[in-house]
Amino acid sequence: MQQSPAAQRVVAQPIAHPIVDIRKLSFGYDPKRPVLRNIDLAIERGSVVGIMGQSGCGKTTLLRVIMGALRPSAGEARVLGHAIKELDREGLYAMRRKMGMLFQFGALFTDQSVYENVAFPLREHTDLPEDLINDLVMLKLHAVGLRGAAHLAPTELSGGMARRVALARSIALDPQLILYDEPFTGLDPISFGVIVRLIRELNDSLGATSIIVTHDVQEALRVVDYVHFMAAGRVIAQGRPDEIRSSSEPFVRQFVNGSSEGPVPFHYPAPAYDADLELATH
Amino acid sequence: MRVADVRARLERLGTGVTFHVLRLGFASRFLGHLVLHSGTALRRFRLTTAEIYFAGVLSLIIILVSGLFVGMVLALQGYDTLQRFGASESLGVLVALSLVRELGPVVAGLLFASRAGSAITAEIGLMKATEQLSAMEMMAVDPIARVVAPRFWGGVLSMPLLAALFSAMGIFGGYLVGVQLIGVDAGAFWSQMQAAVDVRNDILNGVIKSAVFGVAVTWIAVFEGYDAPPTAEGVSRATTRTVVTSSLAILALDFVLTALMFTGGTHQ
Repeated sequence: MQQSPAAQRVVAQPIAHPIVDIRKLSFGYDPKRPVLRNIDLAIERGSVVGIMGQSGCGKTTLLRVIMGALRPSAGEARVLGHAIKELDREGLYAMRRKMGMLFQFGALFTDQSVYENVAFPLREHTDLPEDLINDLVMLKLHAVGLRGAAHLAPTELSGGMARRVALARSIALDPQLILYDEPFTGLDPISFGVIVRLIRELNDSLGATSIIVTHDVQEALRVVDYVHFMAAGRVIAQGRPDEIRSSSEPFVRQFVNGSSEGPVPFHYPAPAYDADLELATH
Repeated sequence: MRVADVRARLERLGTGVTFHVLRLGFASRFLGHLVLHSGTALRRFRLTTAEIYFAGVLSLIIILVSGLFVGMVLALQGYDTLQRFGASESLGVLVALSLVRELGPVVAGLLFASRAGSAITAEIGLMKATEQLSAMEMMAVDPIARVVAPRFWGGVLSMPLLAALFSAMGIFGGYLVGVQLIGVDAGAFWSQMQAAVDVRNDILNGVIKSAVFGVAVTWIAVFEGYDAPPTAEGVSRATTRTVVTSSLAILALDFVLTALMFTGGTHQ
C-alpha cells in the first residue's frame, strides 16, 4: 500500500452514545512502524457495521484492539463503556462476557460435539441446571438452523455449518456486541447467504451491535448499516452502503469495483525490472 | 582465525545462551501461572480425570508391554552374570531393584514423553493454530486454567502410576523368564526380593523419581504446545522439541536424583 489516501471522504455523523468509541488511536508492534494510525471511529448501538479494506490494512488489528487483545499505543478505545487501556485481566474478562466473537473459520473445539461447543460458555459462566442449559443450547442451535446437528462432531460439519455453530456459540450468553472476523471467507453461495441473513436477524432479535471485519466488500455491503473503509492503518472513508458504492475516492472505487487498475499497485515494490534482469550489463 | 570471526562466533553463542535463558524464564513464569490457576482443574476434577485417561490409560499398552520385555531381558542378562558367581537365586533382587530404582521411572518416563508428552504438545499447539485458545480467551475463559492445567495435573498424576505398573510388569516378566523358563527357584526369587527391597529407600525413592519426571515431562509438553508458533511447521517442531528435551531432562534429573538418593551409604 503505497498511495497516500485521497482526501475525499464521507464525513462521519456524530453519535450520542456509541458502543465503541475510538479516538486518535494508534497501535504498532514496533513503535517505528505503526499498524494503526490516528484512528477516529464510533459505532452506534444496534447497528451492523463493516470495517473493510484490503488484506494487511490493519482492520483485524483494530478488531483485536476492540476485543481487548491488544492495548493502544496512543489514543483511546472505549468499548461497552470500558477504557481498554485501563482494564486489568478481571475487567477484561468481565467485558468479554458481554461480547461474542465469530472467528474466521469458526474455531470450534474439536474435542467436543456441536452441542457441547454451544453449551461451553453457559457451563463456564453460569450455574444453570442441565435441563435449562439444554433448552438454551437447542434454542441457539435452532436460531442458526442446526438443532438437528447437535450430536455431530465439528469434523463432520461443512465450512458453512461450522461457521453457524460458532455463531450459535458466540450468542449463547446473549452478547451486547458481536464481532465477526472475516465471516464470509471460503463459503459457498448458499452458506454465504445464510450467514448474511443470520448476522442481520440475530443482531436485530438480540438487540445487539455487530462489527464485521471483511474484505468481501460486495457481500458485506448487503448486510451492514454503515461502513468504515481502511487503508494503510487509517480510516480513509466512511458512510452508508449507498454512499460507499457511489464514492469517488479512488481507493474505495478500486476496492468496490474489484479493479486491478487504481491507487493500489499491481506490483509489490521492487527495484527496476531491467536492473533485476541485469540488462544494463549486457 | 580472524578476530572478526571469533567475535561473530562469540556473539552467536551469546545470543543462543540468552535465548535459552529467556525461554527458561518464560517457561518458569508459565509454570507459576499454571499452578496458581489450577483451581478449575482441581475443583472440576472430571476435567483432570479426562486427561488422566488420555495421558495415562491410553499409554498403558505401551508401558505394560515394554515393562514385560524389559523385565524379561533383565532376567536373561542378570542370570547370565549371576550364575557365574553362584548367585543365580538373587535374580529376583537384581530384577526388582533395577526396575524399581532406575528402569521403571526412567524407561516409563521416556515412553511417557514419547507417547503422552508429544500428544499433549500437538493437541495444545493445534488448538492454538486453529484459534481455539483465542476463542476461549474471547469467551472470558482462561485457556491456561481450562486447557493447560488439567493436562498438566493429568500427566503429573499419571506418571508415577505408569512407572509403578511398568516395574510390576517388569518383575512379572523377570519371573516368567527366571523362574518359569530358566528354572530359578520360585521361593528364593520372591523371598530374596522381599528381603532386599526396602519400601522407603527403594520403592519410595522410585516413586519420587517418577513424580519428578512426570512434572518435568508434562511441564515441557504443555509449555511447548502453548508456545508453539501457530503453523503446521511450528507445531511439528514443538512436538519434536518436547520429546528431545523431555528425554534429556529425564536422564539428567535421574543422575541428580540418583546421586542424592542412593549414594553415601544410605542403602545396603
